[in-house]
Amino acid sequence: MAEITLVEAVNQALAHELAADPRVILFGQDIGANGGVFRATDGLQKRFGDERVRDTPLAENMIAGIAVGMAVQGLRPVAEFQFMGFIYPGLDHILSHAARYRNRTRGRLSCPVVYRAPYGGGIHAPEHHSENTEAIFAHIPGLRVVVPSSPARAYGLLLAAIRDPDPVVFLEPKRIYRAVRQEVPDGGEALPLDRCFRLRDGSDVTLVAWGAALKETLEAAEALSAEGIEAEVIDPATLKPLDIHTIIDSLEKTGRCVVIHEAARFAGLGAEITAQINEYAFDLLKAPVQRVTGYDTVMPYYRLEDCYLPDGERILAAVRKTLDYPAGGDR
Amino acid sequence: MHKPRLHPVASFDINFLQYLDERGQATQALPDSATPDLLQSLYRQMNLARLVDQRAVQLQRTGRLGTYPSSLGQEAIGVGVGSAMQADDVYCPYYRETGALLERGVEIEEILAIWGGDERGQDYQHAPEDLPLCVPIATQLLHAAGVAFALQYKQRQMGESARVAVTCAGDGATSKGDFYEALNLAGVWKLPVVFVINNNQWAISVSRGAQSASRTIAQKAIAAGIQGLQVDGNDVIAVRTAVADAIELARGGEGPALIEAVTYRLCDHTTADDASRYCPPEQLEQARTREPLLRLGTYLREQGFWDDGAESEMQREQAEVMERALQAYHARPAESPTAMFDHLYGTLPEAFLEQYEELQYLRARDRQESG
Repeated sequence: MAEITLVEAVNQALAHELAADPRVILFGQDIGANGGVFRATDGLQKRFGDERVRDTPLAENMIAGIAVGMAVQGLRPVAEFQFMGFIYPGLDHILSHAARYRNRTRGRLSCPVVYRAPYGGGIHAPEHHSENTEAIFAHIPGLRVVVPSSPARAYGLLLAAIRDPDPVVFLEPKRIYRAVRQEVPDGGEALPLDRCFRLRDGSDVTLVAWGAALKETLEAAEALSAEGIEAEVIDPATLKPLDIHTIIDSLEKTGRCVVIHEAARFAGLGAEITAQINEYAFDLLKAPVQRVTGYDTVMPYYRLEDCYLPDGERILAAVRKTLDYPAGGDR
Repeated sequence: MHKPRLHPVASFDINFLQYLDERGQATQALPDSATPDLLQSLYRQMNLARLVDQRAVQLQRTGRLGTYPSSLGQEAIGVGVGSAMQADDVYCPYYRETGALLERGVEIEEILAIWGGDERGQDYQHAPEDLPLCVPIATQLLHAAGVAFALQYKQRQMGESARVAVTCAGDGATSKGDFYEALNLAGVWKLPVVFVINNNQWAISVSRGAQSASRTIAQKAIAAGIQGLQVDGNDVIAVRTAVADAIELARGGEGPALIEAVTYRLCDHTTADDASRYCPPEQLEQARTREPLLRLGTYLREQGFWDDGAESEMQREQAEVMERALQAYHARPAESPTAMFDHLYGTLPEAFLEQYEELQYLRARDRQESG
């Protein structure tokens, strides 16, 4: 079986669901003949026709809004935004409507839509192309926020997102769209939503990260291992609703936790994870939870983006800080 | 000074439709559909809408309903639109729609429940596919475009019957990007959707003139390449005919239309508003003479289709209907507090179970303490 990249896995999942379910409709800007600016929809219009894989006029608010109308009529719309930074005009529809239809109508109408957007920095893109604002969506009741971090999880989680009866914001870490190749059987098997994935076992410290940041996180875990420090690495994958129990279970073993994300720190998901750990597992902690995040600044143009994004050095420093806590004291 | 020679590349007309003038006189032969039976029924429905509005405002004033947006003076639009639709078309309303909701089969008790703070009001028993009332401005126009796509898609790909989405918004909504985006997409994709703009001259306190420099709202259709028509929004025959014609064209694959219904809001924006702060009293007085019930009532009486006996019979019947609805509204058992979790997701994710149980526990304790 051929090995495929994360973006090819997205394409494979979309093709699978288009073939399996006539209610599935793809639409967005440039997704047709062009196959999407990242080629996530490459070849799909040719294969499934332009009624099912449609280019829209250029209006993100419109894309978000018509998806709601399609979904409440029983279709399974999958809307593509070219970059997460362009999704903001559609927030009104995603937050005020997609997230609330089921509740507003007491279950009479639901909104099974998937909003897909490439997200994150690190590809030397212009301003507004490198956003990491998953916390905006995670804060909203009624939404699911899913971030895959490997080709297999992109395939399995996207299938699950399309089949889910509720709205899902599916954020694709574009920095790792083509970073690794993996065999991903096209068997139509979904991965569970609302569950963390344990990517690495360890007993000394728990590292929680998602999306592209897992690349540096896993590398850091390997570096630590060489020093005899075993890090457990957890990918929440579904950021909302968050499976905190898997993280707490890990803390039972390690007692130490570092959360790594590319988004700005203030009110980012690291804050929520830290708060839940404090609520549920304060007694397990041997050290305060550390966060390694983007800074509370505007994401800089690309000459400075490497300074903004968490790197291995910052992750290792945070791990050492938890291991050395209290500084100079007992370990 | 050099004046360049210009060649017109496009020019357009915007038409206006009216059957009954302000004095209730026919300005042209009425359409065949305007039988005495139909006109009487439209008159009754407009009267019922007015009655529901009136009682809802009274309930609000006595603390038994939340903020309520009356549609006093614009009953012809709601009733005209609602009566023009087929049962299985899909209605995508904004929030000032009592007349249309009643036509769609939404129960008075449900309308009161919505504004009385009970989400179950939007679980329409008799209009299962219609969208709930939309409070953010103009967003429903895009939902309607999406619904229309779905209806078209299900017709073409799944062999379902031809159906149409109908959506309404106020004149203020035409300033929003959603309005232009919905019209634009509907034109490009030739969607079976009819946009009805209820031009009641006010977006809360901002006048129509301060909303847009455009001569008509109907002409905004031109830029989107779709049909635009202005109708007398106080003439229920004109509204119903224009909307019914547009629906049938859309059903036949002829694409979308924009209909501007010109009327006047004879009431406050909502019960939380005081229109006397901005609405010139002489303008309001003028508008009262043009209102839709008076107009159709005059016509019906002059044609011998209505009289004092029919009027008092209708008032008595509708008072009873209203009374039953009020009793049902007051007798509604409270919804379980946990309902706010029950409909959050299809299945409540584990992550919320603790909050759900906390709410359940606290409410059970409250009940024990108060019992």
